[in-house]
Amino acid sequence: MVYEEISANKRKSFLLLFLFVVFFLFVGWVFGQAYGAGGAGVLIALLLALFISLITFFWGDRMVLGISRARPVDRKQNPYLANVVEGLAIAAGVPPPKTYVIEDSAPNAFATGRNPQNSAVAVTTGLLDKLNRLELEGVIAHEMSHIRNYDIRYATFVVILVGTVALLSDWMRRSFFFRGRRGKKGGAGGGLIMLIALLLAILAPIVAQLIRLAISRQREYLADANGALLTRYPEGLASALDKISKDKEPLEAANKATANLYIINPLLEHKGKLNDLFSTHPPVEDRISRLRAM
Amino acid sequence: MGAVSITLLFILIVLGVPILIAIFMYNRLVTLRNRSDNAWHQIDVQLQKRADLVPNLVETVKGYAAHEKGVFEEVTKARSIYSQAGTVKEKAEATNMLTSTLKTLFAVVENYPELKANQNFLLLQEELSGIESKIAYARQFYNDIVMTFNNTQQVFPSSIIANTFGFKPREYFEIEETKREAPKVDFK
Repeated sequence: MVYEEISANKRKSFLLLFLFVVFFLFVGWVFGQAYGAGGAGVLIALLLALFISLITFFWGDRMVLGISRARPVDRKQNPYLANVVEGLAIAAGVPPPKTYVIEDSAPNAFATGRNPQNSAVAVTTGLLDKLNRLELEGVIAHEMSHIRNYDIRYATFVVILVGTVALLSDWMRRSFFFRGRRGKKGGAGGGLIMLIALLLAILAPIVAQLIRLAISRQREYLADANGALLTRYPEGLASALDKISKDKEPLEAANKATANLYIINPLLEHKGKLNDLFSTHPPVEDRISRLRAM
Repeated sequence: MGAVSITLLFILIVLGVPILIAIFMYNRLVTLRNRSDNAWHQIDVQLQKRADLVPNLVETVKGYAAHEKGVFEEVTKARSIYSQAGTVKEKAEATNMLTSTLKTLFAVVENYPELKANQNFLLLQEELSGIESKIAYARQFYNDIVMTFNNTQQVFPSSIIANTFGFKPREYFEIEETKREAPKVDFK
């Protein structure tokens, strides 16, 4: 069952890379047409997309850790965290991931990397302070199952690639606004291209949102269940989730792109019904009751 | 001609398919045996780390509670028994003994508040509880693999292959289950 998960995640990761390149080519073509540069737009877009894909594959984890302001800690600096992480790596049968700490009193954690051999877990100082050992083991076990299932690769790709698309479409929307105001130069054909470009600029963030939604909900339940299987103590994770979700501090280093990585949504805006619909994480109460029913 | 080749094909299938299945089963048994060796190695590493920690721990406690000689002797004795243990069963027994003597040691420590505040002692204590949970996880991982390995040897038809090639069931690593509770380590 785990092996199916792994190959599904690998497949989805590369499909995402492929879609990203296609999206870039399309944008490049639109720009080439709009500015009369022809094929050069596509070529530049292709080179750019391949470059970003390579960086995402090899340095995506470091980028995510950098954005989240996580600093590496070794076992000398924090033997407690190192011991818990190593213990669960043994239980999961994977090499121990690198450990990172985020200076923030809001309790939360995430894992990133491209495979179990190149992985990292980051926890906030608030998590280390507010949870006891069994609760921390529960959280790390949850992250360890993300690592073992290759969820981390897909989630990291999503953060970087969808983040890039969102930035790009935002920039495009602005640039077309400017062009539109300064008067039309092109004829009817140019107008059509502009229309496509405008449509694209509006659609891109929606598509990005949909991709993000497709990833987390089910895999959070799965990681909870697999994590409980590792510690053989579901109550540890249940009580940790309870504590984390009841904490009212927002996590400063998290943003909309990285929010889906965390064990619990770090942005404290998940109150309304609409937000529940668009949430990347299943409701915490539901996760806790599932764990307690094990 | 046609009849001959059909007969040949038939013979090939009748002989070939069971041979392929046998090869598959044999390979699976070998893989499981290697995996249980590897899992046992994980336990062994942690057990050794714990045994290596004992002299250091005893020295630190001695600095504050020199007259508790009986406890130190017990712990040291358990450690030397452990280092002579060879088989899985012997190691499990020695581990149980070492665990219970260490428990006595920590019960003694309760009477020395200064020792409990000693930074070096706290580090050793954290190291020890870290190793103990790693032993528990390594044991869980090992026992799961051993169960699969032993099951594969016992169920039909892979039992035939296991018997023919002399695969032996592995021993589970059974140690006294310690109650799950968060050890209190306070660095303040």
